Amino acid sequence: MLKKREVAIISAVTTKCGEHWDKGIKDLAWEAGVKAVEEAGISGKDIEYLVVGNMSGGMFVGQEHIGALVADFLGLNPIPSLRVEAACASGGVAFSQGYLAVASGLYDIVAVGGVEKMTDVEPEQATSVLAGAMDFEWEAYFGATFPGLYALIATRYMHEYGLKPETLAKIAVKNHHYGSLNPLAHFRNRITVEEALASPLVADPLRKYDCSPISDGAAVAILAPLEIAKKYTDTPIIVEASAMASDTLSLLKRRDLCTLDATVNAANKAFQLAHMERKDVDLVEVHDCFSIAELLAIEDLGFCKKGEAQKLVEEGQTYVGGEIPVNTDGGLKAAGHPVGATGVKQIAELVKQLRGEADKGRQVSGAEVGLAHNIGGTGATAVVTILSRRGA
Amino acid sequence: MSATAPPAHWRRMRERYRLLGSRCETCGATFFPTTKVCPKCRRKGKIAQMEFSGRGKVYSYTVIHSAPKMFEQFTPAVVALVQLEEGPMVLSQVVDIDHKELKVGMEVEACFRKLFEQEQSGIISYGFKFRPVNDHWGKYYEDV
Amino acid sequence: MKVGIVGYGAYIPKWRIKAENIAEVWGQDAQTITNGIGVQEKSVPSMDEDTATIAVEAARNAMRRANGVKPSEISAVYVGSESHPYAVKPTAVTVAEALGLTPYVTAADTEFACKAATAGIQACLGLVRGGYMKYGMSIGADTAQSAPGDALEYTAAAGGAAYIIGGDGVLAEIEGTCSYTQDVPDFWRREGSLYPKHAGRFTGEPAYFEQIVKCSKSLMEKLGTKPSDYTYVVFHMPNGKFPLKAASILGFDAKQVAPSLIVQKIGNTYSGSSLLGLAAVLDRAKPGERVLMTSYGSGAGSDSFSITVTDQIEERRRLAPPVQYYIETKSYLNYSLYAKNRRLFRE
Repeated sequence: MLKKREVAIISAVTTKCGEHWDKGIKDLAWEAGVKAVEEAGISGKDIEYLVVGNMSGGMFVGQEHIGALVADFLGLNPIPSLRVEAACASGGVAFSQGYLAVASGLYDIVAVGGVEKMTDVEPEQATSVLAGAMDFEWEAYFGATFPGLYALIATRYMHEYGLKPETLAKIAVKNHHYGSLNPLAHFRNRITVEEALASPLVADPLRKYDCSPISDGAAVAILAPLEIAKKYTDTPIIVEASAMASDTLSLLKRRDLCTLDATVNAANKAFQLAHMERKDVDLVEVHDCFSIAELLAIEDLGFCKKGEAQKLVEEGQTYVGGEIPVNTDGGLKAAGHPVGATGVKQIAELVKQLRGEADKGRQVSGAEVGLAHNIGGTGATAVVTILSRRGA
Repeated sequence: MSATAPPAHWRRMRERYRLLGSRCETCGATFFPTTKVCPKCRRKGKIAQMEFSGRGKVYSYTVIHSAPKMFEQFTPAVVALVQLEEGPMVLSQVVDIDHKELKVGMEVEACFRKLFEQEQSGIISYGFKFRPVNDHWGKYYEDV
Repeated sequence: MKVGIVGYGAYIPKWRIKAENIAEVWGQDAQTITNGIGVQEKSVPSMDEDTATIAVEAARNAMRRANGVKPSEISAVYVGSESHPYAVKPTAVTVAEALGLTPYVTAADTEFACKAATAGIQACLGLVRGGYMKYGMSIGADTAQSAPGDALEYTAAAGGAAYIIGGDGVLAEIEGTCSYTQDVPDFWRREGSLYPKHAGRFTGEPAYFEQIVKCSKSLMEKLGTKPSDYTYVVFHMPNGKFPLKAASILGFDAKQVAPSLIVQKIGNTYSGSSLLGLAAVLDRAKPGERVLMTSYGSGAGSDSFSITVTDQIEERRRLAPPVQYYIETKSYLNYSLYAKNRRLFRE
């Protein structure tokens, strides 16, 4: 049996997310890749293996074979390269696979990337592509949209736990607040609860500001065994655990509509592997594809009991300085959601925070341990990664 | 939603038209859509075809205001998770209803409707939707 | 062997538009219109309803009343309409699939303007009497189209009725049928045209009245019956006036027509019209009572049926909603929503 090695991140970077008319997949991957390699202080030639998360190059820009594309355009040939897909969890899954590659001992320096180019097509077409993350035959076919599915969860949650729309609005307000402090965020504007509640309904009760945007972007992380990482950085960020779990593809067979069991299972596994407890975590990057998803994540990750996350939100405990800061970069809502890149983008934010390098106003002081949570579809895939500084 | 090819329409047609699912005769569990294997009994489960009654309760609902082109004509559309009285959960639109009447737990029954058309010259897809149950038509026979 | 109606079912969509809402758009006087045509409001299908969905709902109601007839025993299904969803691909196969009648069933769509389904009933009678099958089904359903601003806009409506014909478990025996057909260009629609055209007043005497009167007379002669032998008479209802006039010409009185004159409240459901009228009668007729039904289809022709209700009717009609339920279950649309529904706005 191969001995599991300790894995650390040397560097992790994100491009700015937004509508990049002048950049295609090759350009976005190049931008993030070059930045990652430069910050890591390595040469491209040092990279031995490449895993790329991308949901649908094919349907957005007619381009498949993304692993080969990124390897080629980052000058990494002839190393092995592959693309992994798990809908919106593609990035997190890519990270998980890169981690596996290093931990197994088969590879030393590994590059993990995530890239998505979504804005060439009309928004309506982009929505169609994203609908591929649900059960096409029994959800999309019958009129469900992505916001619609999360709205079904929200309605039920409101029915069972008395959640108010204002609380969801507060989540969007917080994320826009941090987006305004993050130069790489898709949206830099702040919003108020009133503006959020007055915005047009997308799928009742979810409104425009409850929904993450369609963005272009890319993110890359360079992983290495801890001993090798120490040669390149004084602050290697250790991957304490990266665990994945799955759940039913559609909402129809879920055990409990208001709980994403995949998150619960992945989180439990991650904390077990890391030998850590929830109270050890200083900040989290969760998958807020919709405001309701952030609420669920706080509970399903185990930071509070089911039904009680709304209290944390109302009390402001998810802001920097609160009990559990959530999405200090603006989350998917404000920082952007270039689908395949999001999981790696979350890692990049945690690395920044753990190194004390976040922008003013959004740095969690003394952050030692961070958790990233990435979801595919309505929770059919979950990836939970725990990173720490270990006093470095 | 991307275009659906005729074979894909046809493969699930019967299930859509008649709410045909499966029943495990070994443990009594019911499934929609049809299943080849009972998750509980696995290979020991004897699977038989079952036609659901169409009666159920709304488990959750939403009103979709922003929809793909194919469903645009129906917006704002009510989409709901309906728990069929025999157990399984299905997703579809709720029709013939004023949005203000929507309630979690309300009783509904299946009806046969158009799901969508793929442009003017494409295939028309039919299937089940739900409408509020009305058991009160018996009163019309009282003076007969 | 007694052969006749073993199950019947109706369906009318819930939306309505009032004649006055149409009149105000075209600058016409609502009162004059409603007085002239005897129709107050008409039914409008939902955007996700069409002839196939209406046919299935009506057929499912017919199956409920047929109580005990297994889908596999129904070996024929015909759907008559002037608004089949496809020009090529029969509505009948969708109905057959939705009812679980497939695959050992003969199916076809018929077209003869508003009498397409009664031709189907005659076919079923022949197949059953000939010993080819136990039961057959014929359905008349339409989501009628009318050009905006045309007189037909006040009456072109949506609805349907289904009839299961057989020799076992007969609720109403069909003692005899006959037809009367001629080539009369009173009302037509060319392939590819959105809306039908009609020949104004020519649609009356040489078309509607000629066929209906001659056909009904012919059947009564054949059977040796007279108007007073019938408790009810049902005619195709293009409006609220023509059936009363036909009745008067034939020697029936208004009281015999009234129970089936549903056109006043729902408009002309085209291929569903006479069949829905008959359903309204079966919803209340007593055992032993007789009904004369004569359909009419432009082009032109009529099919007449003499029907005697049996004692099985009382119990079995309660198994599905009556026509009156569908008439009273309604919500109103204004003209713009109606126009959107009927796709009067085209890209």
